[in-house]
Amino acid sequence: MLQLAAPETIVTITVLAVLGVDLTLLRGKSVSTRFHVGAVVSILGCAMAGWFALARHEEFNLLNGILVVNPVTDFVKCALLILTIFTVMISVTGKYTEHAGEYLSIVLLATIGLMFLVSAEDLLIIFIALELASLSLYILTAFNKHNARAAEAALKYFLFGGMSAAFLLFGFSLLYGMSGSTNLTEIARSLQGRGMDPLLLVAIVTTVIGFGFKVAAVPFHLWAPDAYEGAPTPSAAFIGAGSKVASFYIVAKIFTLAFAGAEGSAVWHGYVAGWTPTIAVVAALSMVLGNLTAIVQSSVKRLLAYSAIAHAGYMLLGVLAHTSASNSALMFYVITYALTTIGAFGVVAVVESATGSDRLDNFAGLSRRAPGLSLCMLVFLLSLGGIPPLAGFIGKFFLFSAVVNMDAQNLGLLWLVILAVAMSAVSFYYYLRVLKQVYVQDAAAEAPAIIVPPMTMLALALLAALVIVLGCAPSLLISHL
Amino acid sequence: MLAWTIYISFIGVLVLMLLPRDNAKAARAVALLTALAGCVVAIIGAMQQPHPGEVTTIVKTDWIPQIGATYYLAADGISLVLVVLTGLAAVTGILFSWNIEKRTKEFFAFYLALIGGVYGVFLSFDLLLLFVFYELTIIPKYFLIARWGSTRKEYGAMKLALYSFVGSHLVLIGMIAAWVVAKHQLGHASLDLMELSKVTFSASFQHWMFPLVFIGFAILAGMWPFHTWAPTGHVAAPTAGSMLLAGVVMKLGAYGCLRVAMGLFPEGMREWQWAVAALAVVGIVYGAGVALVQRDFKFVIGYSSVSHMGFVLLGLATLNTIGLDGAVLQMFSHGIIAGLLFGVVGRMVYDRTHTRDFNDLERMDVGKLLPFAGITFVIAGVASMGLPGFSGFVAELQVLMGAWAVFPKITMLAGVGIVVGVAYTLRAVQKAFYSDAKPDGHGGQHDHPLEPISVPERVGAVILIGASLVIGLFPTLLMNWIEPCFQSPLFERLLKGGSL
Repeated sequence: MLQLAAPETIVTITVLAVLGVDLTLLRGKSVSTRFHVGAVVSILGCAMAGWFALARHEEFNLLNGILVVNPVTDFVKCALLILTIFTVMISVTGKYTEHAGEYLSIVLLATIGLMFLVSAEDLLIIFIALELASLSLYILTAFNKHNARAAEAALKYFLFGGMSAAFLLFGFSLLYGMSGSTNLTEIARSLQGRGMDPLLLVAIVTTVIGFGFKVAAVPFHLWAPDAYEGAPTPSAAFIGAGSKVASFYIVAKIFTLAFAGAEGSAVWHGYVAGWTPTIAVVAALSMVLGNLTAIVQSSVKRLLAYSAIAHAGYMLLGVLAHTSASNSALMFYVITYALTTIGAFGVVAVVESATGSDRLDNFAGLSRRAPGLSLCMLVFLLSLGGIPPLAGFIGKFFLFSAVVNMDAQNLGLLWLVILAVAMSAVSFYYYLRVLKQVYVQDAAAEAPAIIVPPMTMLALALLAALVIVLGCAPSLLISHL
Repeated sequence: MLAWTIYISFIGVLVLMLLPRDNAKAARAVALLTALAGCVVAIIGAMQQPHPGEVTTIVKTDWIPQIGATYYLAADGISLVLVVLTGLAAVTGILFSWNIEKRTKEFFAFYLALIGGVYGVFLSFDLLLLFVFYELTIIPKYFLIARWGSTRKEYGAMKLALYSFVGSHLVLIGMIAAWVVAKHQLGHASLDLMELSKVTFSASFQHWMFPLVFIGFAILAGMWPFHTWAPTGHVAAPTAGSMLLAGVVMKLGAYGCLRVAMGLFPEGMREWQWAVAALAVVGIVYGAGVALVQRDFKFVIGYSSVSHMGFVLLGLATLNTIGLDGAVLQMFSHGIIAGLLFGVVGRMVYDRTHTRDFNDLERMDVGKLLPFAGITFVIAGVASMGLPGFSGFVAELQVLMGAWAVFPKITMLAGVGIVVGVAYTLRAVQKAFYSDAKPDGHGGQHDHPLEPISVPERVGAVILIGASLVIGLFPTLLMNWIEPCFQSPLFERLLKGGSL
């Protein structure tokens, strides 16, 4: 039992260690020292947990879906831990709080929730894990006590999140009522042959709404821009990265396993009610609205928030296709997206702490003030925009080709892919707007060089390298998924 | 060996990035050496190719087995012609940007990245790889123009980047759809162009996918009405930028049309043949007509590029061997001549006089101040008009002969374009260099003599004139490479017709 949950246990012990070290040994030290020591402890803990997860090759299903362990879940957990490590590394610049130990331990707590989420195939455990992660994320959003925006953002995020939890629970309760089980595969078994009755439709719709909030898909996205803008930047990075990976993994799992048989069809001129058309609508709306709204943003964090909404739309296409190829394409896309997002937010965090805000104008002349940082930003934004040979492009290719391949005879899902590709062409414009500030515009004459904290620079350089390597040699990642 | 053209260029980029920030001389030297090495490798590699008609594999290894993508570089005669063109354009472009003082090393880093991408496109025989290189060229283009350009540079750069990106996304849709269909027909995933060319796509599929992919590429080839990025982009770009845009980037589009759109969807091409020909001729006439009334010297050349690229597209639309031969030769010829014209206008004239307005140039008597520029422009102009002895003549003649056999009426319209072409070139020569207008009182700001034409510029001009003359006098040099290609099985379905 303990061995099955070994990675989670290790991270839990790390939480205690971080808190303990911070409260005992580091009292009276400067915030920066406390952050750095805490970060090193967290990184060691996460690395150990990740190594544990990767080194074992077990397949186990504890108590009918309460804790499922197999190489894929282990790999996704490992990806989550890596994302956490990078989040911790970009957190150390923090001017947003003096509670270093608490901040880092809550990041780790959120990670534990996400890890359990990945391993769950039972509605109740899914809900508990999701709430553990979400509550930690609400706190992370509110961490800057001196900033009223952060409080506003956290409250908004909390209220929307609470509402979505209610929807989700309502949908789950209907599923339980119809099937008499909380296990995903058993639910599917008892729903077989039941047909599309109104109760099932309500269950589908409320589940989509619940997760729609979590992954910030239109029309349930309204919390996202405010939360991203108000939250301390590393928190925003973690909301956009780690929680996305786990959420999409579980969304894909719930819909493919529990709603098997109620797929319906979203193909052109071949609409059949079910969960795929519902997702198709949400995906299409997210892609269109996210991308078009991002164009007019002048705050880079808000721009990234809307781009996150748009990317959630692309990812939902992967959920919708629900083949094994599309699922691995989805996870490839989400993981590379998460790496890129942490990187982009990391750059924003540095610029924000050097210039005081994340306005687009503050990025002017960055290529002269911090050449390394600018190069990283170039890689991250081009990857988000889908320029080869970066990971974002190959992810899109995997995802879109898997979606079209689902109905290869009639190319019935091509319409969604055409929409996605068209919108991705739009997205290029606003990423280029940021890069134009960085590389083309000149900074004010007296603007000094920006000094990037070494740990952050290391994280960003590693992330940029990962984005390039995964773009050029995607087999390294996709063969595990 | 040819693969090294790509690697050398990117190695050059890395070396430039490592250079100290303000050492312009070193940056220039590294850039020139890299481009020269690339050019030499391209020429020698091309000469060594034993059977230019066949597709000769250079490298082929697994890349992403999950989707059947391979790292597959190869070359046939068409690739050879364009690789050599890229080599020449790269070297002369650097010679014509010897005076870049502002952030020199970054300029040449972007420049070489662009060149590397272009080589890559011409040598890729895997669809995904080709696409990767194709998109790789967008970002350097954008920064070259936005950072080092002139007149409305940010607008022109953004317009070009967005047009390219939209075009490549049309291609992406077609690529994904073709991949899915091919996967089901072949039984395994593949993006290898040679394998894909054996797949029979259904008629209705080709009917929709051909225009999508063709337009996607043709946007970059400057096909009317998607050409509007070209004049603004060319005008906004720095001299080397416009030389590369007209010289090789537009060829990327035309090459994609031929290799991908027409190679994969021959039925679709036959169905849309008339539409392509019509748009091509509209481009020829429209481009020439608009060039005739421009006041900005560079706009004249910009629109003339649209007109000349119309000949390439018309040649492609003929679907007979002579027309296609002409189209490929015209790609080479226009690459050389347009590069030269932009070099004269942008570097020799604009950088010295700081104006491109004909009204100002008329008062300056540039022909006397810069005799070398005047003579070079006259030579480039007559080459561009299609005077026998220069490469343009052989190319356009073949295109017209090919077109005459298929659509004689449209071809006559293209003839009108040629006549207008003579007119706008003569007008530009006269207004810019040999005007009778007396210098009036306002021209006084140019009392001091203009800086004389420098050695790198002379060398660059001589290389380009030489290339155009050599190919004009001995077209067989290139025709020996191009002609057998269209006999190869790759284009069999396109030329023989009706294999569905």
